[in-house]
Amino acid sequence: MSMRNALLLVCAGTVGMGAALADDSPGLGQELTAAELAAVDFTIMPDGDGLPAGAGNAVTGRDLYNQNCLGCHGENGTGGVNDVLSGGHGSLAGPRPLKTVGSYWPYATTIFDYLRRAMPFQMPGSLSNDDIYAVTAYLLFVNDIIAEDAEIDAESLPQVRMPNRDNFVWGYTPE
Amino acid sequence: MAEQHQTAVAGNGLLDRRIFLTAGVAGGAALLTAQAGGVEREAWMQMPGAPMSDNGAPSAHEAHVKRLAVSSQPGTTGTGVSRTPLEFLDGLITPSRLHFERHHSGIPAINPDEHRLVIHGMVARPLSFSLEALTRYPMKSRIQFLECSGNSGGLIAPEPLQQSCGVLHGLVAASEWGGVPLSVLLDEAGVKPGAKWIIADGADAAMMSRSVPLAKVMDDAIVALYQNGERLRPGNGYPMRLFLPGWEGNACVKWLRTIKVMDQPAMTKDETSKYSDLNEEGIARLFTFPMGVKSLITSPSHGFTMGPAGLYQVSGIAWSGSGKIRRVEVSADGGGSWADAALDEHVLPKCLTRFRSAWRWDGGPAVIMSRATDDAGNVQPTRSAVLQGRANGAFYHYNGIQAWAVNEAGEVANVYA
Repeated sequence: MSMRNALLLVCAGTVGMGAALADDSPGLGQELTAAELAAVDFTIMPDGDGLPAGAGNAVTGRDLYNQNCLGCHGENGTGGVNDVLSGGHGSLAGPRPLKTVGSYWPYATTIFDYLRRAMPFQMPGSLSNDDIYAVTAYLLFVNDIIAEDAEIDAESLPQVRMPNRDNFVWGYTPE
Repeated sequence: MAEQHQTAVAGNGLLDRRIFLTAGVAGGAALLTAQAGGVEREAWMQMPGAPMSDNGAPSAHEAHVKRLAVSSQPGTTGTGVSRTPLEFLDGLITPSRLHFERHHSGIPAINPDEHRLVIHGMVARPLSFSLEALTRYPMKSRIQFLECSGNSGGLIAPEPLQQSCGVLHGLVAASEWGGVPLSVLLDEAGVKPGAKWIIADGADAAMMSRSVPLAKVMDDAIVALYQNGERLRPGNGYPMRLFLPGWEGNACVKWLRTIKVMDQPAMTKDETSKYSDLNEEGIARLFTFPMGVKSLITSPSHGFTMGPAGLYQVSGIAWSGSGKIRRVEVSADGGGSWADAALDEHVLPKCLTRFRSAWRWDGGPAVIMSRATDDAGNVQPTRSAVLQGRANGAFYHYNGIQAWAVNEAGEVANVYA
């Protein structure tokens, strides 16, 4: 099928359900295939929904970190020019709170989500899912949250309980 | 006519605001310095002027009016802020070229013909919208403020930073934002029962992502395409951004690419590790979206030098994420007494409101400040009240009263009062 015909079919489908729309809506949204959706869906939920296949541990994660992350974030996630990623545990209620991945972040899934979206800073999207799981494992390891050889994947990552998990409250409550 | 309102109504020379209601404020009252006249034909009147141009630019004499304190994180470009130069502006609209920026990985060079907005998740029909398609939807346009929740964060410093009004508070701006109500697009996709949140992603290199309550989205969120009558500037999300009136700027995702409808928030990096508010007991609040009631005097402010003793206009901006500004009070004696300021004609919900007071400066030391009240009855708090119970370094959502001290030399400084 040509692209033009495909578009016409999609348009026909859209017009077909247009009757349910408000009178002031032109109903121009194009329906998407599952494959098209998967290509743009980066959302990862705290329960692990959205995590892709793949796995990694802190041993391989260390090498990847040292190649891709150390320049900005320092050795073992501390002492760099940008955000401190490790340490600070127990500091939040003290005079000098240090918010790091280990001391502050409530959900381990957020680490994978953020790395896949935005890191490494100069070349986001350049790491494989295995690589991202490995760097995630390394950041958990340098924060003493998992063992160095623990395999992190779509099953195990949501089960990692972050140390500061219970110290968050919501400022907004949905109806 | 104006003379009758020149009696003080609060300490240290604050005059009745009705001075602004009388004809010819600058007449007998001479609030503004009169221009010297007498030359029959100035140099620029002796020959034809410059031709038209296809792209307007400010006067060359205003070249100093630029975004302030443009800075990026170490080793990066485009991961930081630029600030609105509030001290040079008047009125309520912020010129688009001066609207503050906060980017997380620079400004993407989006081809609008290739960009799509995808709505998916808990919907009956996942849909994709081109920019061209969106321009055919009924739009809404409103003049509203946008404020980064990190605005005024420098005011938590133990000693007052001697920086300008715009450097300290310039992560706020007001624009006419025009676009398609997101509720219309969600209705077209068919939101499923049980949905409570959307996850909005941007098309920048960081794929900035925030979770936003569905109730807010259905209430007044728009997919903004226009800013002050023209298409969005690239630094403000071209070709489309999420705009959530009155809510923290970070949640108004720029370069909007996907909206996933969900029953819970995604707990993204920005909404958990960054834009959350830590208290002194180590407890952090998530999802503190609305921006609090706030005001500040922009003129005179830090860096200004007063002329001779006499009558001056004190002017500033007030806003609230909860609604309209009901009242702004100004003090010239460090909060000892207050006088109502005059509000400019346009007092709009969730928008900057311009206020003005007349002040007879006696040439001596003075501390001037403003205090706003919104139509929900919220009153702008003092600095110490804002900081009460906060963790050290917690700087988001700072809306404390700003004090400026004028000394005998007429110099204006940032002070805590």
